[in-house]
Amino acid sequence: MPADLLAHPGFADPVHDAQASFRAVLQALARPGTLWRVAPPADPPPPLAPAAAAVLLTLVDADAPVHLAGRFAALAPWVAFHTGSANAEPGAAAFVLSDALADFATLAAGTDEVPEASTTLILQVPALDGGPKLTLRGPGIETTRNFAPRGLPADFAARWAANRRLYPRGIDLVLCAGSTVAGLPRSIFIAESS
Amino acid sequence: MKGYNFAYLDEQTKRMLRRTLLKAVAIPGHQIPFGAREMPLPYGWGTGGIQVTAAVLGRADTLKVIDQGADDTTNAVSIRRFFARTAGVATTTRTASATIIQTRHRIPETTLTEAQIIVYQVPQPEPLYQLEPSRTETRRMHALADYGAMHVRLYEQVARYGQIAISYDYPVMVNGRHLMAPSPIPAFDNPKMHRMRALQLFGAGREKRIYAVPPYTAVVSLDFEDHPFRASRAAHVCALCGDRASYLDEVVTDDRGGRMFICSDTDHCASRRESAP
Ligand SMILES: [Zn+2]
Repeated sequence: MPADLLAHPGFADPVHDAQASFRAVLQALARPGTLWRVAPPADPPPPLAPAAAAVLLTLVDADAPVHLAGRFAALAPWVAFHTGSANAEPGAAAFVLSDALADFATLAAGTDEVPEASTTLILQVPALDGGPKLTLRGPGIETTRNFAPRGLPADFAARWAANRRLYPRGIDLVLCAGSTVAGLPRSIFIAESS
Repeated sequence: MKGYNFAYLDEQTKRMLRRTLLKAVAIPGHQIPFGAREMPLPYGWGTGGIQVTAAVLGRADTLKVIDQGADDTTNAVSIRRFFARTAGVATTTRTASATIIQTRHRIPETTLTEAQIIVYQVPQPEPLYQLEPSRTETRRMHALADYGAMHVRLYEQVARYGQIAISYDYPVMVNGRHLMAPSPIPAFDNPKMHRMRALQLFGAGREKRIYAVPPYTAVVSLDFEDHPFRASRAAHVCALCGDRASYLDEVVTDDRGGRMFICSDTDHCASRRESAP
């Protein structure tokens, strides 16, 4: 591994930090649009946000290949060293890490019989609040919930609607900013708020 | 306990279970196969639920384990001890104090909260199992939401018995899409699953399936307009606490045929007796 990546360790406490980070992601997907703090590694390699680093260290391994998109590609040696995961093409990856919303059509949406054979997109964004307001409804949400992450494309709601129409197939999103995660599972409906 | 991983399972197995759980949450009511591990307890002792609990549990959790509503059966005590030893977590019998509740065959009477997760032990995760033994075929039926055969089966019961004669594991429709086995809880408990505030996770060890119901998700017991679902209980009062609304067990009190009805949920019954004037 390049020396500059070697300087960035994984979890300080692999067992308990992974458990705490998993619970954050579990709650995030079970209660879409709510914000949960992970237990991140102290100094993840740039440009990886602490939350995105924690999600990778928690969920990715040799049985769950990851695609590191765009500027994250340079982190492949760090991810391989800490997780054992090989880099995969987007359509064959269990996880895709990106800081730009991928075209959902390039990712695995599963099949009618095996809808779980689908990509989870780990999307690193500048912030999980302060952006254009979205209104969420569906499983995990009592009535509706407002969610306003920054860094999503202007046509996000329309692209999500196309993803939702595939249900129970579809892509699941885990949004990461700082040390916080939020989830958008395929099951929910998203509308732009005026 | 020295020589064991935290919560018994190795980290690779936990990652596999955790990935499965996240997909289960994203597709409410859909069964997902997982690579079940050998557990130091036999099937029928809740190995599916134990593996789910082990994947979720952390040091800060407080665990409650119930078997048919009771905290003090051999099965419940064994599982509670297992996690107290392998994970060092706090345990409780109080529903309100627990962050994770592993259960076999009941949902507590106390309303669960957003801060709680309930883990069900599931012997048979496939609600279509009695209609169609082929896994390939039931997978296809779920893919197409082809549940007509289940409606026919229930209607045959109405025709024959004048009602739907299912008292346990009464099939439910989750999020308007997936037919799901609620595990062998009494049909009385089905309405508690509907829009429950707690996250519901299901683990079937022998059948190697995991599924989930997120909070506030619609869980509807199958029925017919002219034969609506009814959550029935024995028409008695708890002999210990006087509750008229809780689910009751009939227990034999002597060898001369003496019987009484008491709350199935032992914590609920004890709490009512303690707070009684
Ligand atoms: Zn009672």
